[in-house]
Parts: sequence; structure tokens; C-alpha cells
Amino acid sequence: MNVDTLYSVLGLGTVAFPALLLSVMGLTSLLGWPLGERTTARATQGAVIGGLLTAIAILAMMLASGTRYVPIELGNWEIAPTEHFHFHLKFVFDRLSVPFTILSFVLVGTIGAFANRYLHREPGYRRFFLLYDVFLLGMIVASLAGTIETLFLGWELVGLSSALLVAYFHERPAPVINGQRVWSVYRVADAAFLIAAVTLHHLTGEGNFAGLMDKGFWPEGVAELSSREALFVGLLLLVAAAGKSALIPFSGWLPRAMEGPTPSSAVFYGALSVHLGTFLLLRVSPLLDLSSLLSAAVVILGLASAVLAAMAARVQTDVKSALAFASLTQVGIITAEIGFGLRYIALLHIIGHACLRTLQLVRAPTLLHDYHSLENALGEHLPQQQAGFWERWVPDGVRLRYYRLALERGYLDAAINEYVVRPFVALFHWCDALERKWTDVLSGTPSRESDHVPPTMPIGEELT
Amino acid sequence: MSHVYVPWLEGAILVPLLAAVWVRLLRNPDMAWWHSMIACGLTLGCSVGSWAQFAARDGVEADRATLAARLVGDGVLEVDTLSAPLLPLSALLYALTVLATLRTKVRRFPFAWLLVSEAILLATLSAKEPWIIIALLAAGIVPPWVELRSRSKPTRVFLVHMILFVALLVVGQGLATIGGPSMTVVGVALLMAAVLVRTGIVPAHCWMTDLFEHASFGTALLFVTPMVGAYAAARLVLPIAPDWALRAILVLSLATALYAAGMALVQHEARRFFCYVFLSNSSLVFVGLEMATPLGLTGALCVWFSVGLSLVGFGLTLRSVEARTGRLSLDEFHGLFEHIPKLSVLFLLTSLASIGFPGTVGFVGAEMLVDGAIQVHPLVGIAIVIASALNGLAVLQAYFRVFTGTRHGGSIDLHSRISERIAVLVLTALIIGGGLYPQPGVASRYRAATELLSERQVRLGGGTATQHAGSQPAAHHSPAG
Repeated sequence: MNVDTLYSVLGLGTVAFPALLLSVMGLTSLLGWPLGERTTARATQGAVIGGLLTAIAILAMMLASGTRYVPIELGNWEIAPTEHFHFHLKFVFDRLSVPFTILSFVLVGTIGAFANRYLHREPGYRRFFLLYDVFLLGMIVASLAGTIETLFLGWELVGLSSALLVAYFHERPAPVINGQRVWSVYRVADAAFLIAAVTLHHLTGEGNFAGLMDKGFWPEGVAELSSREALFVGLLLLVAAAGKSALIPFSGWLPRAMEGPTPSSAVFYGALSVHLGTFLLLRVSPLLDLSSLLSAAVVILGLASAVLAAMAARVQTDVKSALAFASLTQVGIITAEIGFGLRYIALLHIIGHACLRTLQLVRAPTLLHDYHSLENALGEHLPQQQAGFWERWVPDGVRLRYYRLALERGYLDAAINEYVVRPFVALFHWCDALERKWTDVLSGTPSRESDHVPPTMPIGEELT
Repeated sequence: MSHVYVPWLEGAILVPLLAAVWVRLLRNPDMAWWHSMIACGLTLGCSVGSWAQFAARDGVEADRATLAARLVGDGVLEVDTLSAPLLPLSALLYALTVLATLRTKVRRFPFAWLLVSEAILLATLSAKEPWIIIALLAAGIVPPWVELRSRSKPTRVFLVHMILFVALLVVGQGLATIGGPSMTVVGVALLMAAVLVRTGIVPAHCWMTDLFEHASFGTALLFVTPMVGAYAAARLVLPIAPDWALRAILVLSLATALYAAGMALVQHEARRFFCYVFLSNSSLVFVGLEMATPLGLTGALCVWFSVGLSLVGFGLTLRSVEARTGRLSLDEFHGLFEHIPKLSVLFLLTSLASIGFPGTVGFVGAEMLVDGAIQVHPLVGIAIVIASALNGLAVLQAYFRVFTGTRHGGSIDLHSRISERIAVLVLTALIIGGGLYPQPGVASRYRAATELLSERQVRLGGGTATQHAGSQPAAHHSPAG
């Protein structure tokens, strides 16, 4: 077996383990032979360890041989030759994808082991692990994607599993409403991504990152686009990244995502999912070099998100939301680092931050318990923080405004509801009323039987 | 090399027709369901046989000495690249609809008329002569109309639109046949208007929502999901319509796709919601058809297939839920997941396939459609993506409202029946299988697209269409991946 074959086998193994895990879990559930908790845990453990070992083996081989770029070609998924159209399935192992893949396996594996106990005998145990498997596969595919279409594939899997996991406790309306909200933001991000991907195809004739970046391996690649083209595609990708990483103006979904079970909050919104947007920016970072305007936009968006999140984090009343905004602060800074061209620093920042945040979120439920134990032992409340600089020097009125701004998360959700959702819904309700009149006139009688299907339990919040 | 000719196509049309007569005579509703099921199974077998036979001939035109040729004349009913996979798809939709009909609904469901409509549909999809297609399209209106009448429901909205549709078809085809440049232009315009009405392009779409309001869910589903309007467009309009006409249809279809996707988000009731989701998706098929480029047309034909499969599954799931709970309000949470988990999975899967989610049968077509659209104009591509995103919001919102949000408190057992489970497994296999291994479908649809464009080129005398047919000029964009 030569080195190339070994790379191929190991590379395929990295993707095949999560894919196999999802196939087994999905098929057994569908056929009505659900796996028991122990089998599920072992299968998950096996797949994660298998994938992780293959990724580490590739890393070791790359380090030993000094190779910086290992492509794994799976050929064309679909092809229309005379139209020069094909969906190219390709995975790459390079300085960006290998650390991110290993990080994904480590964190997802850790959370898998944690969730196995945390969700023991929960009615939704299997549903959680099925979605967890979809997420794992999505993360690995997105991390290793060698073409923009392959990245989109993984991106979508991550989005769907995330939204459904936010709505994990689906017998209550609030998680479901929040899941829908997360999904709405993700669809906007996905639409921007898809348009960017197709535009990129048409501008370069390539979806292949290696071809797109022309010379050099990540992060030294040079994109073959003009400055204006790079700005257009880059801004679309920035919208996609902002949606996925909860940057302004989409920050509102992040605290909503904490409605899901702690394990999924920890690994998805605290650690991996929230960094996927920044990963995308890193992957297409050669585009940023072509347009200083685009780089400036990335920096401004990152810093603005960081400032807003830092403000919001200080007024949260529950630990998970506070951690969510703390996480967003760091993601904003990472985005700014990418805009400044500090690619390796951003990558290191992602890895360190993801690990820390996973630990904090997993620790959060027991932390409160520990505080209570401490207070019981002391026989009094723990000492409160003394008034600091801001309390002493900033007038009350300004602090109150600042507090309200932070509490309302910069009024971003309210603005989206007021200026996007409400006019949209009003417009289509008006169209619906017009249609009703028209069909009533045509039929000569009230035309809608559906009017006699009344709701029995109104929904608290309008979903869109 | 000579091939033994087996009259699969004729069988696929005659079996449901004869079975309809037989089922009409049966007095026992359970027996009617069983016999209909057997007839639909046989029809499906015959249609698969006709596809296989066509594929075995490697796409060569039908043998003129077929039984149909002897009965009704040469070239009247035959399988070609466009219709070959549509026949089994349509037969499958009928078989699954009958299979997923619960016993509580068997007494009221008009199986005989269902079989008649299946025979008409299969004949329509295998017809190539314009006047035969028009006659069959007109005949296809009768079964739902009879059902509406028998249920004492208002028929006027449906009838007004369908009469308009047939009248436009007849006059349009008449003028196009008479010939002369001005006559042909008017004829094409009228034919265009006809297919727009049948497809439910805004503002001529109200008949579709009205049909879903008043007819049984199964009948409405089977009348709209095979998308015979798109078939009529491909056979009657595409070959002779000038570019401006296609562009006009494209714009209207795009507007409909966006409008219907927006309307789906504000619906209060499940059937109307489904109707708008379907309308949005079928309009996207139309957008692709009217691009008249190989890539766009291939994407449209792929989406046609995937939308047919996924939205019938989606509709059947809603129908099964409705059979348990009555008409479903979308203003409340129903929390049915714990009671019917398999149906909820199918609901999610089919809805995701309909919006072109990766790994499902809809993904490939959606991607080709967007790629083809960008070739025509970037804004067209962007509008398709926006419509698809809105549909994505609508379908997950419906999933959440039907299956989650509360605990369903009923004490009646709602679990899915064996027949429903079979339907679920068949559809899941096709949706996932088609998503993971799309190449045969893409190749077949690409071939159909190039044939349609070649025919257009021939009919238009090598005018503006020449640049579209066949392979692209080298200077044109090349979306390689």
C-alpha cells in the first residue's frame, strides 16, 4: 500500500465513520428496531474514536512527510458533461481542516459521553443521538470540504440538526418557537451561501477551493477574482457567516438556542456551530485579501458584534444565556481577527475558545448547585460585587439606557420583527383577504371551509 | 437486433380503466379498496415495464407496430425520453394514495373515479399528438368535478377555470394549426394562457386552493401533483413558442413561486398551506421549463420528478394526519409526534426533499435549476433561492405546529397502520436513494431536455433556439465544480 492509497483510506475513513453511524441510527429507527441506550452509546463512541484516530493518523503522516495539502477525490456525484456541470465531491486535509476536524471529533465525542448520562432514560434519548449524528456528519463534511458545494452540504446538515435540537423539548411551545426562529435565520444564511456558491461558479468556473485560490495552500492562496467580484461574493458569504455565527444583525437566535438540552447547547452553540461561520470566512479568506472594503466590513461586523454581546452578557439573568453572549463576544473578536488577516491566530482562538466554552456550559448546571452548597455551608449569601468604576462615574440615566439596550440585545430582534416580519405577514394577509373575496364572488357562496377549523390553543408568539 | 414487444403501455392504461368498471360494481368498500390496490399495483408494474422496455431499446423511438399503433394510429400513444420515468412516477403516486387510504375513509373515497383518472393521466403522459393531449387534458377534469358534485360542494370556481383552460387550449391549438405568422403568435399566446391556468399561475390559481378546500384530499392531490400543466407546456408550448413568450411565462412563474411561498407562511389551515407550497414548487418547475437552456430544462425536469415524489409524500402524510384528527388548524400546536413518530419523520423528510435539502432527491434538481437560472439572469437565480428559503420556513413551521409544541391528549390509538408504514418506507427509500445516487436520473432528464430543445429547434426552423440546443458555446459560462 503506497502513501497516496493510505491517505485515501484514512481520509475516507474520517468521513465514513460518522456517515456509517448516521446510517445505522437512521435505518434502525425507520425500520422500527431502535437501538438500546448502551448500543447507541457504544456505536457513537466507536464512530467518534474511529474518525478521530483516522484524522490524527493523517495529521501524523502530514507532519512526518511535510505535506501541507492532501486531497481526497470522490469523483462527481452528478454530471452533465456537455454543460460543464458537475457536483464535485472532494475532501481536503490542510492546515485549516485538520485542526477543525480533530476539534469537532474531540468536542462532539466528549459531549456524546456526557449526554449519554445526562439524557439517560429521557424519552427523546434516541432522537437526540440521531440529530447528534446528523450534526457530527455535517461538521466533518463542512470541515473537510474541498469544494464549496461539499461545504454547503455539511453546512445544511449542521443547520437542520441545530434547529431541531433547539426544539428538542418539543412538548412545550417555547423551544419549538425558538427552534423555528433559529431555522429562519439559518435559511437566510443558507440562501446567501447558495447564491454566493453559484455566483462563484459562474465567475471562476470552479467550486473547487484549490482552483479558486489558484496558487498556494491555505492560508496563502490567491483568489482569481477581481476586487469587485470578491466584494460581491464575499459580502454574500459574510451574510451566511453572520447567520451561522449569530453576528449582527442575527444575534437574537443565540440565547434562544439555549432552550435545547445542555449537551447540545454546549457543543453546538457554545463551541462548534457558532464557529462554523468564522470557519467559512477562514476557508475563503483569500477573497478578503482582494478587497479592503470587504476586509473592513468583516472587521466592523466582528467588532460591533463583540461589543453588543459583551454588553448583553452583563445583564443576563441565567448562566446559559450569559455564556452564550460571552461566546458571541469571542466569535466577534475572531471575526475581526480574520478581517485583519490574522488567520492562524483566529484558528487558534477558535480552538481554545471552543474547548473553554464547552467546559463552561457543561459545568453550568452543577455550578449553581455548588454555589448553593457553599452558601449553605457559610450560612449566608456569598458576598456581592462592590460598585465599580461605571457605577460611580456614569450617571444613572445613561446607565439605565445602556442597561435597556443590553437587555433588549440592541433591539435587533425587535427591529427585525417590526420592519421585516410584520410588513411581510401583513402584506400576505392582505393578499389572502383579496383571494377570499375573489373566490367568494366566483362561487357565489362563502368559499372557505377552512374558516370553520378554529384553533383550540392559540400560539403565544407569531412564528416566521 | 430485434426486441420482443410487450404492450406494457397499453396495459398501464387499460388495467385501471377496466378495473374502474369492476370496482364500480363492487358494493363492499373494503373489497373496492383491495381491488383498487391490486389494479394500481398492476398498473405500476406495467408502467415500470414500459420504462424498462424503453430503456432496453436505449431510447430508440417506439416500434410502430405496437398494439396502440394498431388501435389508434401511429405515434398517438408512445413512450419517449420525457414520459418514460413520468409514467411509473404517476402510477406510483396513485398506488401510494390508495395504499395510504385509511379504512375510516374507504367508504367515502371514490376509487372507481380514481382509477379512471389514472388511466386518463397515463394516456395523457404517453400522448404526443396535440389534439389527443388536449382531449385527454379535458377528460381529466371530469373525475374531480364529479366528486365535487357528488359531495354537494361548490364547483363554480373549479369549473370556470377549467372551462377557460380547455377553451384556450382548443382555440389556441386551432389557431396554431391553421398557420400564418399572426395566427400562430395568437395561438401560442392562448396556449400559454391555457397552461398558466392549468398550472395555477397567479392570478389564475384560485381554483387550486378551492379544489383543496372542497374535494377529498386524495383527489385534489392526484389532480395537481402529476403536473400535467407542465407536460402540456412541454408538448404544446415549448416547441413552438418564441423566446419572448417563454420569458413572459418565466417571469409570471417566478412571481407565482415567490407569492405562493409567502402565502404558505400565513395560512391557517393545513390543506391550503400544502396547496401553496405545492404551487410554489410547481412554479419553479415552470421557471426551469421556460428557460429553454439545456441546464435549466434538465433542472426543471429533475425538480418535476422530485417535487412529484416528495410533495405527494408530504400530502399523503398530511392526509393521514387529517384522517385521524380532522381538518388541521395551523394556528395551534397539535403535538402528534409521540403518537405518530413515523409519519412525522416522513413529513419532515418529504418537506425537506421538496425544498431541495442535500441528500434528498430534490437537491440535485434544485441545484441545477439555480445554476441554469443564473445563466439566464442572476436575479432569476436569486429569486429561486428566496422562494426556496421561504418554502423552507413554511414547511418546518408546519412540522412544528402539527407534530410538536404540546402533548396530544387523546386516548384513541393513532399509531400508523401497516399500509401507511409500507408507504413511508417506499417513499423514504426513493427520496434518500434518489438523493444519494442521482446520476441516472440526471442523465435521463438531460437527455429529455436536449430532445425537447432539438424539437424546438426544428419547429422554429433554427431561429433563436439554435444557440440553446445541444452543447453550450465555449464562451458561455461553465459551472464546473
